[in-house]
Formats: sequence, structure tokens, C-alpha cells
Amino acid sequence: MVIAAPKRIKQIKFGLISPKEFRKMSVTRVITADTYDDDGFPIEMGLMDTRLGVIDPGLRCKTCGGRAGECPGHFGHIELVAPVIHVGFAKLIRKVLRATCRTCGALLLTIDQKKKYVEQIKTLRRMGQPIEEIVTEVFKEARKAGTCQYCGEVQQEIKFEKPTTYVENEHKLMPTDIRARLEKMTDEDIEVIGMDPHNARPEWIILTVLPVPPVTMRPSITLESGQRSEDDLTHKLVDIIRINQRFQENREAGAPQLIIEDLWELLQYHVTTFIDNAVSGVPPARHRSGRPLKTLSQRLKGKEGRFRGSLSGKRVNFSARTVISPDPNLRIFEVGVPLEIAKELTITLNVTPRNIDEVKEYVRRGPENHPGANYIVRADGRRVKITDKNSTEMADLVELGWKVDRQIKDKDVVLFNRQPSLHRMSIMAHEIKVLPNKTFRLNPAVCPPYNADFDGDEMNMHIPQTEEARAEAKILMHVAENILSPRFGGPIIGGIHDHISGLFLLTNSKDKINKVDALELLAKSEIRELPEPAGKENKRPYWTGKQIFSQILPKGLNLEFKAEICEQCDICKGVDCEHDAYVVIKDGVLETGSIDEKAIGAFKSVILDKLMKEFNPQIACKFIDDATRLSIRGIMRKGFSFGMDDEYIPPEAQNHINEELDKAGDKVEKLIAAYKAGELEQLPGRTINETLEMEIMKELSKARDSTGDIAGRHLGMDNSAVIMAKSGARGSMLNLTQMAACVGQQAVRGERIKRGYAGRTLPHFDRGDLGSQAHGFVRASYKSGLSPTEYFFHAIGGREGLVDTAVRTSQSGYLQRRLVNALQDLEVQFDGTVRDTRKMIIQFKYGEDGINPMNSDFSKPDAVKRIIKSVTGKVKE
Amino acid sequence: MKEKEITGREFKPLDHVMVPRHEIIDEAEINKILAEYEIVKEQMPKIRVSDPVALEIKARVGDVVRIIRKSQTADKAVFYRLVIA
Ligand SMILES: [Mg+2]
Ligand SMILES: [Zn+2]
Ligand SMILES: [Zn+2]
Ligand SMILES: [Zn+2]
Repeated sequence: MVIAAPKRIKQIKFGLISPKEFRKMSVTRVITADTYDDDGFPIEMGLMDTRLGVIDPGLRCKTCGGRAGECPGHFGHIELVAPVIHVGFAKLIRKVLRATCRTCGALLLTIDQKKKYVEQIKTLRRMGQPIEEIVTEVFKEARKAGTCQYCGEVQQEIKFEKPTTYVENEHKLMPTDIRARLEKMTDEDIEVIGMDPHNARPEWIILTVLPVPPVTMRPSITLESGQRSEDDLTHKLVDIIRINQRFQENREAGAPQLIIEDLWELLQYHVTTFIDNAVSGVPPARHRSGRPLKTLSQRLKGKEGRFRGSLSGKRVNFSARTVISPDPNLRIFEVGVPLEIAKELTITLNVTPRNIDEVKEYVRRGPENHPGANYIVRADGRRVKITDKNSTEMADLVELGWKVDRQIKDKDVVLFNRQPSLHRMSIMAHEIKVLPNKTFRLNPAVCPPYNADFDGDEMNMHIPQTEEARAEAKILMHVAENILSPRFGGPIIGGIHDHISGLFLLTNSKDKINKVDALELLAKSEIRELPEPAGKENKRPYWTGKQIFSQILPKGLNLEFKAEICEQCDICKGVDCEHDAYVVIKDGVLETGSIDEKAIGAFKSVILDKLMKEFNPQIACKFIDDATRLSIRGIMRKGFSFGMDDEYIPPEAQNHINEELDKAGDKVEKLIAAYKAGELEQLPGRTINETLEMEIMKELSKARDSTGDIAGRHLGMDNSAVIMAKSGARGSMLNLTQMAACVGQQAVRGERIKRGYAGRTLPHFDRGDLGSQAHGFVRASYKSGLSPTEYFFHAIGGREGLVDTAVRTSQSGYLQRRLVNALQDLEVQFDGTVRDTRKMIIQFKYGEDGINPMNSDFSKPDAVKRIIKSVTGKVKE
Repeated sequence: MKEKEITGREFKPLDHVMVPRHEIIDEAEINKILAEYEIVKEQMPKIRVSDPVALEIKARVGDVVRIIRKSQTADKAVFYRLVIA
């Protein structure tokens, strides 16, 4: 197969444009600074000459004959009376001047040196490598020569005064002088400084002709008052032409040298600011209002410039943005949309025999009566706005072939997005639910893929406008299709925080739930029948939490796994686990074990994984909806809170903790004493100082851990923080240890805190104090409160964390951009190969194995094992 | 390239555990592969003749090298590279 592709760019050449070329590409010389005559017509050879292109409707371009919009615009030129320097190349001019002879223009190197450098440059170019280093060396070597070895001229020191002044021996070099010197350079010498004499001769940097950009890139706007307002570039060109004319008049009149020089400098200023209005050392040219002008460089540079602002960035219609807030009563694939937004955003309907009645009803309802319609497009393409007044009338007029912009309404598919869009689940298709109030509402179970929380996050919504787009969104991007992450082959949508605590409380307790409570728990799911009661108490039937949870499990679900709360005992007792950590689900009934993060948590849920892979997305969706609602009922039934009291530790335990910390303090003192006495045993590969630091750190972290253990003994499963930590809902035992027992060592770059004053961290300590307190060990707990010095060290350690995240996000963001740019055009083909746009093979089989990571089992090659187990397992029964 | 003196103590990349098996394949097989993927030789991934492994198996420009890698998920993964200058 021959590679049929669009035309390829073979090469891009960068160079300087010669004055000759400037004149060749120009359609007219511009001589007058005026733009329009009294009748409002562009003046010939003025800045708005119709040969430069047209912007006014009705006029035709004198160059190409095109109307406004058709004519691309054409360049003109200004003949500068005296040459000026191009600011962008001022530094290059300095280097070239210093490297060449002031009389004969030769590059100040020996013939042998030149030959050597040209050879090196050629080799580097051939290998596609940068030549900067060699060129820098050339300039450095050439500058060393005191006299010209070709004509014997003694070279002078050239001073460069920013931005465009060169002084040789107290004598200012005029652009004409510089140009004359550069003109003398031979082609061979130009090659040695890394330039291509055919494409960029150094004297072309000194401008003698200035191109005038086409009118189309500096259009004037007519204000409401009828006054014309010109583009900043036009303003700048007016300045240039005026000074150019004055210069010429003065020179012809034989004005004194001083005046000529002043005018020359003024011309240089205007050309400089025309190119770049933010050069250091040059006051920026300003508008009458005081606003700095936006000239050529400013159009390209920066975030709002042509590259980052216009080419890489796009803005769109049919979108909305607002703050998000949670609504656990929505289904996971729904999004709550404020009524105000729903009334503004539309979908275009083509009127057909099948929908004409429906469409008429929308039009009749008008724009204020959601769901109504906002616009009608008649068969001839005319757009008519629907108002409250004309809605009935318009509804009667609607014909086949017309188009109607209908307001979005419930069940419409929209795209929902949260930046930064780091993976494909950052944009998913949701179904609309129009709701009162002003925020987007979403089920908290879809927070993980968006990485969203509700501390003020905003999200964007986009309305697909064609049937194709809607179909694609629904099939490929629907939330239900994205429960599994292609990143690790497990569910990324699932229970978080209270969802996990709630189900854990429900399934881990021995509670006897009466009928009223059981029905209350299941009220929000579509369960209408309770199973056989687990037993009777006082003649009244009761159910267990496990039974209630089983109601939302689909029939036919079989699973066995260890829960998050499993203590990883040496010998697992399986079903008889004393922590109830061994989960067995048979045919949709939870027989033993507790439901926690491992069962329903986003990222870890084994149940969701199974439902997605062996059942279908709809069942998985339903399960998440039911599980999250049940868990919230479950957590509300018991009540779940955390306060200072939950950090309480009995006095004996507190004493015990203090003893541990005292012991650790003594050990540290002993280590320091040993170090000072020179008796400390040096660790291999470490200095004696490092050894001491490591030993101290080890001792203190051991102490912190043991205080945590002591505290842990008094904080059992009746403590809500422990429940959250153990079930994986939120927080860790370390967090709890820090709150209740001891905060521990504060570190900067993994070491104890050493910075601060001379020989000490704070003035509260003696110089040279190596003790734990003086270097950031926080003995207190958050509950007991930190001492002032401890508090300060804690702030130091905390700040490092903040700085780290700030630095890491920017670095990883840039890395991600580079990766995406490099890989975005690669595609898995139908034959399983990965190819680029040229159909070149990148991989013969996608990822070596041809497996879609989304369907792999948590990225492990377990699919086969799973199948065998499920088959053999069934055989046994 | 200048022929180096053979001492018998040279490091052989292929002996290293991290270097997968490389072998030159014959014309018939090349054609089979090209037909299978509906490609021309130039669309294959490349390897330089100067690559240490290419030197070791004495590959020449225009040859196609089969690389058999061990894979955690696929057991064995086969890859082809066209030898270029
Ligand atoms: Mg936030
Ligand atoms: Zn034109
Ligand atoms: Zn000279
Ligand atoms: Zn266990």
C-alpha cells in the first residue's frame, strides 16, 4: 500500500528577508501617513491603500480583485530615509561587530581555524544537532584578536548600550557605519558564524526597507459615534512615516548634524517599538489614553498571544460553567443542571413529519417556559428569535424543513468536564436533570474520576449538537461505560468517604434490624420485598445488616476476597476470621465478611470490578446508586461523628506514652554523648555526623510508633476515626496517632531541621545543641497542643509539603503535555498494530499483548486464572 | 568503520540478561511479515547497523531483525526492526 496522506511539509527554512525581497513582495510604496480622505475612502499610497487589501464591505482589492473577506491582504513597504537596527538582532550585531575587522570586514580568525569550524558546523548540521556551541566558540575566539591579520588594522573596543547603540572608542557607530562593515563580510566568513549567506546576510539585520503589513491584519473599527478607530500597528506606522518624512525634509534642507541625529534616534525608537513594545530600556509607546500599544511581538508572545491564546486555545459555544455541589439522590450518570442554564442552552431539531407536533409544542412554550425553544431557523436560513409574545404565532408557522433550537431538558446527553483534563474520564457524558438553584449537581461517587470536591470547584458542560455527536457521547463517553479505568483495569467510580463508613457500619455489626428500620434503609432502592428474617426477638422478626446489603446485590454474583480491614494474619482463618474480614458472597447474598473500601471503594472495589466484567455497566451503575444510597441511610441510622473526646486517652496510657518519649529522649542524649566522646560506631558508607543523624531519627520514629501503638490500644472499633481508618473511608492510623499521642519528627528534605540561626535552629536553644527538641521533634499531640518551638518547626515541615506539591504539579503538567504531544496521533489499528499518521508501525501488537488495560484485572494477567477458577469452582458445586 | 582487534574478551550484548534475542530473518519470511501487516519495509521500526546488537549478529543494511522479548503478560513478544545505515 502506498502511503496516501495529505501533503507533507518537507522543510522549514528560517532566514532574514533582504531589502530586495521586501520590495519584491510589496504591492506599493507607502509615502503618506494619512489613512482616509474626507469622503472616507482610502488614500492612494497611504496606510490603507486598497492595494494592501480591503476591509470595508463594498470595496474591491486593487491587487487581487477580491472583496473584503476574500482578499488575504498584501504587503506594502516604506523606504526608510536612514537605516535602523532591528531590535530583535541587536545582540547578534554586537557579536558580529566584535568578531570582524573594522576596516576590511574579515572574520578575525586564521584560515585554518575557519576551515576547522566550518567543517564542525557541517557535521553537526548533517546529524541534525544544534550548532550553538561551536558558534559561541567562534565569536569568543575571534574577539581575542587584537589586530587584523589580513589588513593589519588594530581593532577597537566596541561598547554596546542597550537596546540599539554601539560605541567604538567614544564614537557612536551609526547604523550606516555598521551596515557598511557587515556588507564587507565574505560568504565564507558568514558560514563560519553559522549563518547561511544566501538566506541571511548579516547586513540585512539593518533595516533600510520596512514592510507594511496588510490592512487585513490591522483592521480599523468604526465606533458607534461613526468615528474610525485605527489598529495599534497602524498608529505605529503613522509615527514611522511622519518621522521618516521629517528626516528627509531636514536632511534635504541641510539641517545641522545634531538635529539629524536626534531625528535618526527617533526613527529608531519608532521602528523598535513597532517590532517590540516591551524592550527593556525603551519607554513603551502609548496610546493617548496611556495604554501601551500592542505591537508585533505583543501579538505573538505570552498567554494571550497568537500561539498560546489563538492557536493552541479554543473557545466554544453551547457550554456552561458553574460551581459543583453534591446530590447523592442523583444517579451516577446524571448531572443536575440549573434551570437558568437549561433555558439558555439549546439543541437544534430538524422539523420532520415525525416530530413536527412535538416541535410545535416546544415553540408554543416559548423561551420562558422550560422546556421550550429559543430560535427558529426558517427554510431560507433566516433566524427568528422566539419571544413570549410571538410564540403561539410562530408555532403555527413551523413547517417541515425548518429548524428549531430547543432548550435542553431531562435525559439529554451532555459532556461534563473538570480541568485539568488529565485522563479520558475527565470528560464524560451525563444525562441532564434540570433542577432549581445555581450549581451543577453530581453524585459524589463520580468525584474520583474528575478528582473533584465541593470546596468551590467549578465544572464545564458542553451540549453535543448533532445526532452523531450525541450517539458517540452516549456509546463511548457515558459514565456507565467509564466505570473501569484503563489506567489500572479496575473501577475508578465507586464509594468514597461516608459510603464506605456507612456500609461498614451496616455489615460489620450484629445489630438486629426491625422491619420498620429495614424498610427505611431500603426505601430509596427499588426493593419491595424483604427476605426471610434472620430470626425473632420478642416475637418480632429482625434482619441483619448483611441481609439488608444483600438485597442490592444482583443475583448470580459469587465472590470471595479479603476485606480492607483484614489484618494480614499469618494463617488466614478464612470464613472464621475474628474481625469478620473474609468476605463471601454467594449468588448475590453476603454470607460472611464486612463491606469496606475493598468491596465498594473507588479504585479498589472488587464487587464493581466483577459487575463490570461479568455482568454489565447498567447493573454496575444500579449497584453504585443503591449502595451509595443505602450507605447514607445506614450511616444516618447510627449517627457518625468525631470530636475531641474521640482523641481521649486514659491518664495511665498518657503516662505510658510520656515514659516512652522520655526513654527515647534519654537514648538520643546517650547517642549524642557517645558521638561527642567519639565512641559512636560509624555506619558503613556514612560519615560520623550522618550516622548520628540516622540513629537519632531511627530512635525517635520508633518512639513515635510505640506511642501510636499505646494510643491504639485505647482506641478501638468504637472510635469513628478508627472505623474510618481501618475501613479505608478516610484518614489513617498515623493521623490518629498524631492527634492523640505524638506528632513526631518534623523533617525538611528527609532530614531533621537544621536551618535557622548560626549554630542553632532557634534562639531558644544553645548553640550546638543536637537534642531532639532543638531539631524539630514534636513530642506533643495535636490534642495536647504544641509548644511555641514545636509549632514553629511544624510550620517549617508543613511548608515544605506545600512547596513540593506546587513544584510537582507544574513539572508533571509539563511532562504530561510533552507526552501527549508526542503520542497523540498514535492509533491502535484493526489489525492490532499501533501506527502513526504515516501508517508507520510503532508496535506490532498493542502493548506487546494486545490487551485493553481497561479489561485487564487490575493490570495483572489474571483473566485466565479467573476463568479457570470460575469454571472449576462451578464444577465442584 | 575500522576493524577492531579481536581479543576474545569483548562484551557480547546478547549474553546480557536484559538484552532480548535478536535474529536476522530470511527474504521469504520478510515477505510473509510484510504481507501480514500490509506494509512496505520502510514502515517497520528501525535499528542502526551500528547498534551493538546489530554488530554482534552481523546484520547488514536492508536486513530485517526479529526480536523476541520476554513479556510479563504475553510470555513472548515478537518485534521486527529494519536495519538502516
Ligand atoms: Mg477543590
Ligand atoms: Zn487582495
Ligand atoms: Zn582587516
Ligand atoms: Zn483475616
